[in-house]
Amino acid sequence: MTPSHDVVLVGGGGAGLRAAIAIAETNPRLSIAVVSKVYPMRSHTVSAEGGSAGAIGADDSTDEHAYDTISGGDWLCDQDAVEAFVTEAPEELLRLERWGCPWNREADGRIAVRPFGGMKKKRTWFAADKTGFHMLHTLFQTSLKYASVVRYDEWFVTRLLVDDGRVQGVVAIDLQSGKIEAITARSVILCTGGCGKIFPFTTNASIKSGDGMALAYRAGAPLKDMEFLQYHPTGLPFTGILITEAARSEGGYLINKDGYRYLQDYALGTPQKEPVLRTMELGPRDRLSQAFMKELEKGRTIETPYGHVVHLDLRHLGEKKIDAKIPFVRELCRKYQNLDPVKDLIPVRPVLHYMMGGVHTDIDGATPLAGLYAAGEVACVSINGANRLGSNSLTELLVFGARAGKAAAEHASRNLEISQSVLGQARDEHRRIEQELLNKKGSERIADLREEMQKTMEESAGIYRTGASLMKAVDRLRSVQERYANVAIEDRSKAFNTERVSALELSNMLGVAETIVMSALRREESRGAHQRTDFPKRDDKRFLGHSLVHRNPDGSARVEYLPVTITRWPPAERIYGEAAPHGGSNKAPGSSLPS
Amino acid sequence: MADRIKLQVARYRPEREAEATFDEYEVPCPKDWVVLDGLNHVKDRIDGTLAYRWSCRMGVCGSCGMMVNGEPKLTCATFLADYAPGPIRVEPLRNFPVVRDLIVDIGDFMRKLVTVRPWIVREEEKPLSAGEYLQTPEQMDDYKQYSMCINCMLCYAACPVYGLDPLFIGPAAIALAQRYNLDSRDEGAAERHRVLSEHEGIWGCTFVGECTRVCPKHVDPAGAIQRYKLTAAVETVKAFFMPRGA
Repeated sequence: MTPSHDVVLVGGGGAGLRAAIAIAETNPRLSIAVVSKVYPMRSHTVSAEGGSAGAIGADDSTDEHAYDTISGGDWLCDQDAVEAFVTEAPEELLRLERWGCPWNREADGRIAVRPFGGMKKKRTWFAADKTGFHMLHTLFQTSLKYASVVRYDEWFVTRLLVDDGRVQGVVAIDLQSGKIEAITARSVILCTGGCGKIFPFTTNASIKSGDGMALAYRAGAPLKDMEFLQYHPTGLPFTGILITEAARSEGGYLINKDGYRYLQDYALGTPQKEPVLRTMELGPRDRLSQAFMKELEKGRTIETPYGHVVHLDLRHLGEKKIDAKIPFVRELCRKYQNLDPVKDLIPVRPVLHYMMGGVHTDIDGATPLAGLYAAGEVACVSINGANRLGSNSLTELLVFGARAGKAAAEHASRNLEISQSVLGQARDEHRRIEQELLNKKGSERIADLREEMQKTMEESAGIYRTGASLMKAVDRLRSVQERYANVAIEDRSKAFNTERVSALELSNMLGVAETIVMSALRREESRGAHQRTDFPKRDDKRFLGHSLVHRNPDGSARVEYLPVTITRWPPAERIYGEAAPHGGSNKAPGSSLPS
Repeated sequence: MADRIKLQVARYRPEREAEATFDEYEVPCPKDWVVLDGLNHVKDRIDGTLAYRWSCRMGVCGSCGMMVNGEPKLTCATFLADYAPGPIRVEPLRNFPVVRDLIVDIGDFMRKLVTVRPWIVREEEKPLSAGEYLQTPEQMDDYKQYSMCINCMLCYAACPVYGLDPLFIGPAAIALAQRYNLDSRDEGAAERHRVLSEHEGIWGCTFVGECTRVCPKHVDPAGAIQRYKLTAAVETVKAFFMPRGA
């Protein structure tokens, strides 16, 4: 018998678990399935270090949080979504406190907040430097008390079932046994996270292959703002391990091969001994990553076996402060890089960190495809615009995980029948997976194709892009796509066939990579994390809008534009390094978007 | 230092063989490669059929625990060079049923975890508008260590009691129960006491301390167990004099 639930969640990280709890609390009669390719507590939320933003300080306000988010996002955020986000952020974080999250405290027992890059006020809630880990385990352990939540641990979803214009379930492989099954549902929420593994240097875990984006796109839901990918300026080479922004907000310096704090050359303020919010090392991530590329061009970086780096210098902070404030940073350096930041410089380079774009949703996590919802990094609401501010993403998965959960619960409470035809679709999918991936003799190694894709994306669609580099990427990706048809899968076993999963993940990544390149090609301006050297200026007249990439029936991509929602903060210039104005000009946007 | 090292990797494909065999692979051994990097090299370059779990490669997701030369280890935090000149024997975690190659079935732990009610239990909840429950840094220190468990299962692989008695609830589950028992916001200790004080619970542990020794996150499950035994003894005496419902 086909397993059936009211709501299926694909992915069991922060957004998925928050959504599951929201559904269970909204309507306890609904049956909820959490279908995840890894055990929920292995999800990538676990790796987030720095913290989660929510305005609670006496000197802070939700308006200021909104302004920092919108200006940081280079005015591509939907301001109604941002207003909902900043308003609900503190209560969501507080709810997590109720569930046991060990937020750092002041001496008197109140929640402590700290400063973070791009935020003008202290508003980042944190749990030492393992914030994501504590949030995920708190959510996971809390989810265990709801009997209506059924887990499908280590099931890999390969397809969404769509009939009659609405999503009605998924097809998934139970990895342990290898069996392929349909799981039907009236609502499906995608919570699969990002797609960092499309790039060679990334902080993302090996499981981040854009699965949910690919599932939605193939099912006919558009992806939004896919050209906006955030590099984190300070990752360790080779492993891509992230050295949290907290290392800089505690006073770390970025220096080039001459020991010079080079950020002062890129309109990010003048170097001070103590960290100053929104200047120098606490400037926004995109500007710091771009400054690295300029230093590389000038020949002022340091060459290592894993490519060029600059140095993050924490030595002046001293052992006591490092151990008290950022012990995880020291632990990571010692365990994975064999160096000690108390006395050694840390080699860092920009690494792909976060996808601002994703499955197009409204403010309740609903996609244009009935019954399909998305929340967290897989989704694009959009509150992140052209560049996400540090510590907004953990809050986002709470606020929009809860919103999507409630909306999906409401949808699933309606009396919708599951069509018989989706079971036929499931049988087709079963056949496809067996034929394409179990009984096939190809000659192309998965790793070779993956590396070629990653190299293509880094070289042609990385921190800086041009029309020419992106055109080249289109061709190179197409050639990888053709070679994929001949992929080699030596593993014939059904039990835990990880090679088959790798092939499916690669296919997902190739699909998502194409949408990134097509969206980047179309946007002939530079905004936030999308930097076109052939169009170096922001162009609000033509491009103050969201790109929406649709899949045509023949498989090709079609890019359209959607206006940005502006409520109270008209577009202004992003200024860092000195006091940025609140609001800017009052001129109406008056944009004419490309059709 | 040798620039290559041999890995002897346990292989088990339930459809093909009745018991595990070993395959040998030679992999590069630069100073910053961990055992997991060696396995990834095998999978990408030599033998795509090798099956194992991994994700974050930074010691926090808890996926990549394996036996390395007989010791339970997170393979992302175990340098190849520390075992030079090799060979290095890589096997699935001990004390668990093997699903395939280096992948074990942890379903038993997942079921036991739920029984200790690892969530905040309260009679009454004050509304969110009333703000946070105050908790001083000192109060947090009471349980913080036990909240660091990443569920990597190294302690179960190391635990001689679990190896002999699969009904034993085990180190991580007990540490997580204590994580909530010692949280100033929690009122669920009595409920957890019923599970933990059963024979297979707390009394199963003979304080060998292997769990604490292998824990990559310094959770000290053995300490949690000893501390709870003391509490449990007091609770049991109290229950004798003050029966429930009295």
